[in-house]
Amino acid sequence: MDDSVLVKTVDLVKVYPMGDQKLIALNHVNLILRKGEFAGLVGPSGSGKTTLLNIIGSLDSPTQGSAEVLGEKVEALTHRKAAELRNKHIGFIFQTFNLLPVYTVYENVEFPLLLLDQSASQRKKAVLAALEWVHLADRARSKPPQLSGGESQRVAVARAMVKRPDLVLADEPTANLDAENSHHILDTMEDLNRELGTTFLFSTHDQKVIEHLRRKISLVDGRIAKDETIDAENRRKRP
Amino acid sequence: MTILKLAVRNLLGGGMKSWLNAGVLSLAFVTIIWAQGLYQGMDQQVSRTLIDAAVGGGQYWVEGYDPYDPFTLQDAHLKLTGRLDELAKSGEAAPVLIVQGTIYPNGRVQAALLKGIDPEQKVLMFPSSSLKNSDDEIPALIGSRMAQSTGLKLGDTVTVRWRDVHGTFDAQDLQIVQVMTTSVQAIDVGQIWVPLKRLEEMAGVDNEATIVVLKKGLGQAGDFPGWTFRDLDFLLQDIRQIVRSKTIGASIFYAFLLFMAMLAVFNTQVLSIFRRRKEIGTLMALGMTRGKVIILFTVEGALYAVLAAVIGAVYGIPLVAYFATRGWPLPAGTSDSFGLALSEKLFPTYSARLVIGTTVLVFIITTIVSFLPTRKIARLKPTDALRGRLS
Repeated sequence: MDDSVLVKTVDLVKVYPMGDQKLIALNHVNLILRKGEFAGLVGPSGSGKTTLLNIIGSLDSPTQGSAEVLGEKVEALTHRKAAELRNKHIGFIFQTFNLLPVYTVYENVEFPLLLLDQSASQRKKAVLAALEWVHLADRARSKPPQLSGGESQRVAVARAMVKRPDLVLADEPTANLDAENSHHILDTMEDLNRELGTTFLFSTHDQKVIEHLRRKISLVDGRIAKDETIDAENRRKRP
Repeated sequence: MTILKLAVRNLLGGGMKSWLNAGVLSLAFVTIIWAQGLYQGMDQQVSRTLIDAAVGGGQYWVEGYDPYDPFTLQDAHLKLTGRLDELAKSGEAAPVLIVQGTIYPNGRVQAALLKGIDPEQKVLMFPSSSLKNSDDEIPALIGSRMAQSTGLKLGDTVTVRWRDVHGTFDAQDLQIVQVMTTSVQAIDVGQIWVPLKRLEEMAGVDNEATIVVLKKGLGQAGDFPGWTFRDLDFLLQDIRQIVRSKTIGASIFYAFLLFMAMLAVFNTQVLSIFRRRKEIGTLMALGMTRGKVIILFTVEGALYAVLAAVIGAVYGIPLVAYFATRGWPLPAGTSDSFGLALSEKLFPTYSARLVIGTTVLVFIITTIVSFLPTRKIARLKPTDALRGRLS
């Protein structure tokens, strides 16, 4: 596989049993995602965006076909190997933030580094840097219930980025945010994408997110209907 | 180490729920230790009192003597010779002659064991010295229980009939010179203590005894023909059996208490896994393996035992220390109902073995109970967990 290729799916099929019926969530999806991309899976509900994101994130496995992420075949990974892949190389951002409620902002961001067995000094340096990226250094001691939706999602971004992953998967990251916070979060992610070269893959049907994407992969009924690169001129004019 | 840190954070972050669970568990903890200490104290107190007042450091019994069979008494006496005689004469042993008799208090007939002991003896701690002063009548010492069952009191005279070694029946009056109050029923109920020499004369023997009680701490002095040595394990076995059976009875109560606490822990774990499905999914997405998530939840549950031990120590140590020094008063008149040599106050004893043993036991049980519900996590798909579903 080309060194610049981060994700490659070949004839990816995902079928969910629904009683006697079968629901085809992904239908022969072929996709290549390269390093440094800022791409989005776009489509209506039930089009297979989250399923594809989950398989790429090694949270789920395909029914048929192959998904290769950072040189690892997802369908062949054991639970332990899949956890290792996520731990070392993939950051997740969720629609509902999924912060750990009893931990402070600092501890939430620190969590992935604890799993990587980094030293305390390494962790501190990385966490403070990550909080600086999202402009939340002053809220380090706050707990999630004390944060606004926008702040919570910024913490989630910091948590996803703190270990400098190769790939960040963001599932409807702006669904619970207002327009201002959405743009703020997306600007932050774009900055990180540019500065750190981290690859971002979104799952969204939010126009605000779509305006920021450099590549738009449209899914319909589990198939890629359109895969387009959006040049700078056609993207949202940034203030 | 990381898991432990995370578990501590989660436990403390659980707030009131964590403290309530740990509080309930600490109650079980303290109650078990407190009550076990009470029984341990009872065992030690009973053994000590029995050793001091009745058993000594061990006893030599005339072969064939059976305290539960009065028919063996007729022939259960033997001359003290050699080392055994030396021990008696030097005050290191107290010979006791036992003769079956019959007393007639207030016109009634009642069987009684006549026990002859040297009034000067220092081996057993009971007021045998009151038998020193004797005039024509035979001085007799009885316990308060014997006094109550016969209606005898200090200064009373009672006729006693006995049979000497030749099989001849004889009778004489005894005068009650002291009624002793003792917690040891073994030197009280059905017994009348008289001077050894007087009983020897009555029985028609010279320098003979049924049992020889050794001084505390002396141990077996050798093997003597016609005598069988009975050590403390043998002499205290009945009493220890009674304490053991009472301890087993109490264990049912502890088990119930522990069961209630474990139910609380189990329930919390089940609820915790149900309510924290999304968190479990997040942990998996962040790279935690299922095994580690299971360990995290199990350690969290097990930490209830640690927290309970800490809470229990806060109020339990002053509580047990208070009872260990002040004693646990038994309601008036109930000490006899135990069938043991209990005084009016019980002094619990708390050994390191008891405290550590109970702590380890509670910790192991809590860990197992905490682990059981976490098996559900092993079947949980990360995608389902993230959606807040249980597969």
